[in-house]
Amino acid sequence: MVSIDSLPLGVPARLAAIGGEGEFRRRLLEMGFLPGTPVHLVRRPEIGGLIEVELRGCRVSLRRTDAVSILVDAL
Amino acid sequence: MLSDGAAAMPNPGSGPSAAGAGSPRLRVALAGNPNSGKTTLFNRLTGSRAKVANYAGATVEVESARWELPGLGPVELVDVPGALSLSAHSLEERVAIEVVAGLPPAPRPSAIVVLADATELGRHLYLVLQARELGLPMVVALTMVDRLAGLGLRVDADGLAAALGVPVVPVPVDDHAALQTLGRAVAEAVGHASPIDRPDLIVESPTTRADIDAVASTVPEAWSLGIASRARALARWALLSTDEPEFKSSLPRALLDAAASRRSRANEEGRDLDHEIVSARYDWIDRHIDRFSGRERPAGERSWTDRIDGVLLHPLLGFALFVGLMTVIFQSLFVVADPIVGGIETALDHASAFVESLGLSAGIEQFLTEAVLGGVGSVLVFLPQILLIFLFVGILEDSGYMARVVFLMDRVMKAVGLHGRAFVPMMSGFACAVPAILATRTMERRRDRLLTMMVVPLMTCSARVPVYSLMIAVLYPVTTESTVEQGLLMAAMYAFSVLVALAAAAVLGRTVLKGKHAPLLLQMPPYRRPKARPTWRMLRSRTGTFLREAGTVILLGATMMWALLTFPRTSAEDAAAFEAKSAEVVATAASEGHAPDWVDDQLRLLEQQRAAQQIRGSFAGQLGQTLEPLFEPLGFDWRIAIGVIGAFSAREVFVSTLSVVVGVEDVGADDPAPLRQEIRRLRRTDGSPLFTPLTCLSLMVFFALACQCLSTLAVVRREAGGIGWAVFLFGYMTALAWICSFAVYQGGQILGFR
Repeated sequence: MVSIDSLPLGVPARLAAIGGEGEFRRRLLEMGFLPGTPVHLVRRPEIGGLIEVELRGCRVSLRRTDAVSILVDAL
Repeated sequence: MLSDGAAAMPNPGSGPSAAGAGSPRLRVALAGNPNSGKTTLFNRLTGSRAKVANYAGATVEVESARWELPGLGPVELVDVPGALSLSAHSLEERVAIEVVAGLPPAPRPSAIVVLADATELGRHLYLVLQARELGLPMVVALTMVDRLAGLGLRVDADGLAAALGVPVVPVPVDDHAALQTLGRAVAEAVGHASPIDRPDLIVESPTTRADIDAVASTVPEAWSLGIASRARALARWALLSTDEPEFKSSLPRALLDAAASRRSRANEEGRDLDHEIVSARYDWIDRHIDRFSGRERPAGERSWTDRIDGVLLHPLLGFALFVGLMTVIFQSLFVVADPIVGGIETALDHASAFVESLGLSAGIEQFLTEAVLGGVGSVLVFLPQILLIFLFVGILEDSGYMARVVFLMDRVMKAVGLHGRAFVPMMSGFACAVPAILATRTMERRRDRLLTMMVVPLMTCSARVPVYSLMIAVLYPVTTESTVEQGLLMAAMYAFSVLVALAAAAVLGRTVLKGKHAPLLLQMPPYRRPKARPTWRMLRSRTGTFLREAGTVILLGATMMWALLTFPRTSAEDAAAFEAKSAEVVATAASEGHAPDWVDDQLRLLEQQRAAQQIRGSFAGQLGQTLEPLFEPLGFDWRIAIGVIGAFSAREVFVSTLSVVVGVEDVGADDPAPLRQEIRRLRRTDGSPLFTPLTCLSLMVFFALACQCLSTLAVVRREAGGIGWAVFLFGYMTALAWICSFAVYQGGQILGFR
């Protein structure tokens, strides 16, 4: 298991655990960030704090510092 | 300045309906995710002027309009704020669930239409499932179906309808027949008995179900309508939302207590209720989605959005392009608006000439030309620039670029403690603080909203532009070389406002509004071509709002300032003395054989002296002289003080007031040549020029920072839920303005500037 921001770009993976707390975590869950969901990393700029991921056909950006609590299993 | 009547309706049930008088009895709620094409569909169904936007949650206003249903007649269609789910994470989502579920005091809708983006069906079905549990007649409208083929996807609407047990209608763009089909489906749904006890699709584990049932038993009858499945839906909502601040205020005590105690017990048992409830819904979606949707061919080459994002989201290139785009936009504000402004000024001149040709009594003529045409006209000339700013901000939002800007600017925003999404309201602040403050509703936490509201009014709004234009014109006479300096100084004022706003956020966020960083979750919508018709409607509606404002608030302000400057009239002796002097000039000319030009010049000089005397003795003049000591340290004399005080109602009033003060009629502020020359001639009592470069700079700094806008204060009071924050905003901005102007003027003098 690795955190989602350390995935290689475009490599398919599955969500393993959603960390974080409170409303942010609840929002992640409601957007479909659930264990077992296929996901891949779309963008991770060299400079800048945001990454972009794709799951369930949607693109979502979040901060790297918040993304470390989202763990994935590379397939 | 552009306060919006429909803009802020905290209680959507009581708001005015766009359908106007005799509005239909039946209400239909239109709900959907942000970016699901909801507002576009709303416009197509009703022909309404609601704004379309491609940025998550741009529809912060609850609008409604008349929708003609085939075979049933008109219903009131309510455009519910965009919501990812029916949970109360943000103010908008709280409004969304109240309107969709019809929780008192919001009236219960006769039917709900839930939008689902066919290209992102998996996630959009979450909201559909939630809405379905509420037990109200409903229809699912599938949007973006015309984009499926390009993506290699297929969706079977009938299969989806069978699985959900509710009608599903695909609504491709530009398909009028589909709208009729949707209308018929809704008309039929409205005819059904309501509420409906639908069988549960979702199967939670027995332990989770026990929690839900226990909380459901505390849902009041007025909410559950006696339907068990609806009570469970509201119980799930309560369990998911107990610790959301937006939620607590609107919840019955018993329900809140039951949900909180079940949650804490689950926590003690090491269970994760959030996950249990949410995943049960997604389980259903994951198990069924293959039956009615799938991929017909593998996604081919990278999509356009991907390719564009490769450039626009590039950390260096993307940032450079953003800065370049902003530069082009601000340049075009002046280049494009100029000829239109010229046209408006010519029209105003004609209007003035027409009034003068009517032969009205002098007092009425003076009122019409100076207060009405002069005061309102000097504001009207900014309409083109204001519309251009709204147009640019609108295009940035509709195209999906605004989400990319948030992506690029997040680091800066985070550094000063602002929410990532605060960038959009701040950009809108370049147009007008009022819609910008309304746009803060997309942020979940009250602290983030308040912090953004407190700094947005510092952004260079369009009302400051007239004042800057005038001051810059006074500083730099129009020559070929000076245009560069003028443009640079204007750009510097914009940069100054951004820096001050960021600095203010950094200070306020660490003192008055302390709080942790909110995590950012940003949807990246695909790029879409902005649509001409909704954009045109938006501009038309903004024009209407602006003209109403100009016809009411600004007309009132201009009339008041005019009256305060005109009354009391000069005493009879003074008037007689003036008449005598005029007669003397004419007599001297006759005896000494002066040319007619000389007579005109002398008479004009006398008239100016008379006007100056009149203003000094007027109410406003007296007030200005009383308050002069307050403004003296900033380099302002009593005449500027009058303008500054008048501008506290609305900034634009400054230019019209000043034109009355110096006795120049028919001054268009964007063509400040005559006003500029008159202003340069103004002298202090010691004979030195009044508008030195340092005074102009001090004045611009004052206008950049002071909170001189009643509309902004009114909207902050409403959005922040109390007068306290409005008072704080006014206090801190105005104090900051005074201190900074003081520093500029006094510091400048010490450094030897004049």
